[in-house]
Amino acid sequence: MPRIGVFICHCGENIGATVDCEVVAQAAGRLPGVAHAVDYKYMCSDPGQSLIKEAIREKRLTGVVVGACSPRMHEPTFRRACAEAGLNPFLCEMANLREHCSWVHEKGEVTTQKAIDLVRMLVEKVKRNRPLTPIRVPITKRALVLGGGIAGIQAALDIANAGHKVVLVERDPSIGGHMAQLSETFPTLDCSQCILTPRMVEVAQHPDITLYTYSELESLDGFIGNFRATIRKKARSVDESLCTGCGACIQKCAQKKIPSEFNAGLGRRTAIYVPFPQAVPNKPVIDRARCTYYKSGRCKLCEKVCPTKAIRFDQEDELVTIDVGAVVVATGYDVKATSFFPEYGYGEYKDVITGLQFERLASASGPTLGEIRRPSDNEVPKKIVFIACAGSRDPAKGIHYCSKICCMYTAKHAMLYSHKVHDGEAYVFYMDIRAGGKMYEEFVRRAVEEDHVRYVRGRVSRIYPKNGKLIVKGVDTLLNSRPVEVEADLVVLATAMTAQPDAEDLAQKLKVSYDGDKFLNEAHPKLRPVEMNTAGIFVAGACQAPKDIPETVAQASGAASKVAGMFSRDELSREPVVAVVNRQPPPVWSTCVGCFLCETACAYQAIEREEIRGRDGGLIRTIAKVNESVCQGCGTCVALCRSKSIDLQGYTNEQVYAELLAL
Amino acid sequence: MAEFEPKIIAFVCNWCTYAGADLTGTSRIHYAPNVRVVRLPCTGRIDFMLILQAFGQGADGVIVSGCHPGDCHYTAGNFHARRRWMLFRRLLDFVGIDVRRVTFSWVSAAEGAKWAELVNSVVADVRTLGPYEEFPQRLGGPGQKPLEVA
Repeated sequence: MPRIGVFICHCGENIGATVDCEVVAQAAGRLPGVAHAVDYKYMCSDPGQSLIKEAIREKRLTGVVVGACSPRMHEPTFRRACAEAGLNPFLCEMANLREHCSWVHEKGEVTTQKAIDLVRMLVEKVKRNRPLTPIRVPITKRALVLGGGIAGIQAALDIANAGHKVVLVERDPSIGGHMAQLSETFPTLDCSQCILTPRMVEVAQHPDITLYTYSELESLDGFIGNFRATIRKKARSVDESLCTGCGACIQKCAQKKIPSEFNAGLGRRTAIYVPFPQAVPNKPVIDRARCTYYKSGRCKLCEKVCPTKAIRFDQEDELVTIDVGAVVVATGYDVKATSFFPEYGYGEYKDVITGLQFERLASASGPTLGEIRRPSDNEVPKKIVFIACAGSRDPAKGIHYCSKICCMYTAKHAMLYSHKVHDGEAYVFYMDIRAGGKMYEEFVRRAVEEDHVRYVRGRVSRIYPKNGKLIVKGVDTLLNSRPVEVEADLVVLATAMTAQPDAEDLAQKLKVSYDGDKFLNEAHPKLRPVEMNTAGIFVAGACQAPKDIPETVAQASGAASKVAGMFSRDELSREPVVAVVNRQPPPVWSTCVGCFLCETACAYQAIEREEIRGRDGGLIRTIAKVNESVCQGCGTCVALCRSKSIDLQGYTNEQVYAELLAL
Repeated sequence: MAEFEPKIIAFVCNWCTYAGADLTGTSRIHYAPNVRVVRLPCTGRIDFMLILQAFGQGADGVIVSGCHPGDCHYTAGNFHARRRWMLFRRLLDFVGIDVRRVTFSWVSAAEGAKWAELVNSVVADVRTLGPYEEFPQRLGGPGQKPLEVA
């Protein structure tokens, strides 16, 4: 006979105020097979758990039902308590009396009756639970980091410094990401490249980091601890092992007027190029769409001048397969595209630029060598207007969220401008100033008070050119909504940070979820900020949501320590909620008829074929077999099986029907 | 006579709808207490015999709900469920069950309010349809008890 223990939790007032817990416990005590039923104020507390443990020992319980909160909340807690008392943890089930009952219904008999029903269902289920043992899975102690911006760099270095192998994949020819493009960083105004480039070099020289630049993830298969990644190494057209990075090819290249991506379109580059002088690796790549040879079949100047004969026009994309145990996704962000602001004339007027372009103007390595000169005529602008929230917090543009960093970088831009152009005037149009962060508010105050930046609270409605100037028409909402007009020489838009254009494709390759704005979703917004809902995949940086450098680095280190923590063990143990094909003594062997419908339904390729052979080695039958380290336990095969030969441990047909029949 | 209170059984997946119903609780959104939830890992696990059994057991209405298409925790389980449902709904009439008594829906883990709306609307709909007795009677009456475990 089963001896089930039922433990009803009041959860303080949370359950107790609406559900009569005593009545529930009494009703549970009368159920067949229930040997013990009590209620207690806080079952998850230490004394509450002791209550369960003592009852298991004294009453020799064969199963436990805890009527408390959601199993998604405390199932691990109570299962652990059972295990400590010597009861197999999988013989413990939870009835959700809080989220599904007391919190959503009125106080009264009906609600108490529902609580009794929920407990009865789980009692019937738990009677049919079988002791299970967790599945042990080996771990490949190598991490894949996607994205070589500051997030990816930090994560890769932290994991590698913890003593594990890392493969870092970056799709651009160099690592560095957006941070390499920035001039100075708020709130300290230290030079971005000065703090970033040493880390880039560290990545390149680290013995445990394998760097794949100009490469992209092609596919990812497998599961936590045992992923298999296929990486496409795009043809660089240069043999990296021979190239010394001397740059002779770049000097000779005939194509010299290609807009430089690194300079956000403000500078020029050649067809064979290194994105920026501090690039890692400092080896060029041929832009085949722009190269004269690929377009016309003639030129090959670079090949002629190359002293080490490293140019490879016939190089092809290469696919590399790597086994990894964990993945850190750090693919970063994009800035909203040009056609977004017809009223601001971005793309139409040369002197309306984005914040990222201003970074390049202010950067000592930029196209103007750090002097603020406007793109149209190379003059130093005497009046400059910064427009915050260009796109962000603007439902009309389809972006509801705050891009978080713009208030700060706009203050920084205005400050840098006034440091460089002493007789210049800087205006900032803003909606609100959001300067939460250490020394952030002080930084904005400094821009206003010490550098005399004029902050105008209001939106800009239109920008149009007049006599070589840009007329910025806006409103000052702090001055009775009076219209304001500024004759500006240069306008900088603090454009919204958006997800990468191919974020959806990536999410599908990784089988992770993303939100309505295409930012990747963390597993829990508060308690699991660096994990994703697919086990073994972690997230860092602005691919998850807009964030600044300190936050990005913190999240990357968090993700890295999660990976290192996972790698500190040799095996993972997984919940044994997996499908099994029944086996019976000969001559039946199994009720499986070998139709392999389950094989077609399985999304994980977990169904294998098992041959049953007689003593003479002759084949008797071929039946299905579940690879338990691959099976994720969805149970689709169970519902599909025509002969009911496959069942899902923890949710067997017997258990589920028993739950149903208890109603 | 008191108003008819329908008995609704819901089969939901653990990752989206169960979590969504948890969120309904955390958000303290009240809804009709007529529903009893059976938690399964995935809607793909739902064998439609379960639904017939639910009616045999005296349910007046059934809810099946899982992750939105494309969001399945197990990649494609909800697609299997949807495909199976498309076939199964045609058989319902044949079996003698009004198709309006079964509601197939998607409720994500973020849609606490939607779960409450779903339950309320199903309860209201089934209430107008009235109690369901034909099918359980054909099976020999409701209230079959599970076999006792030795």
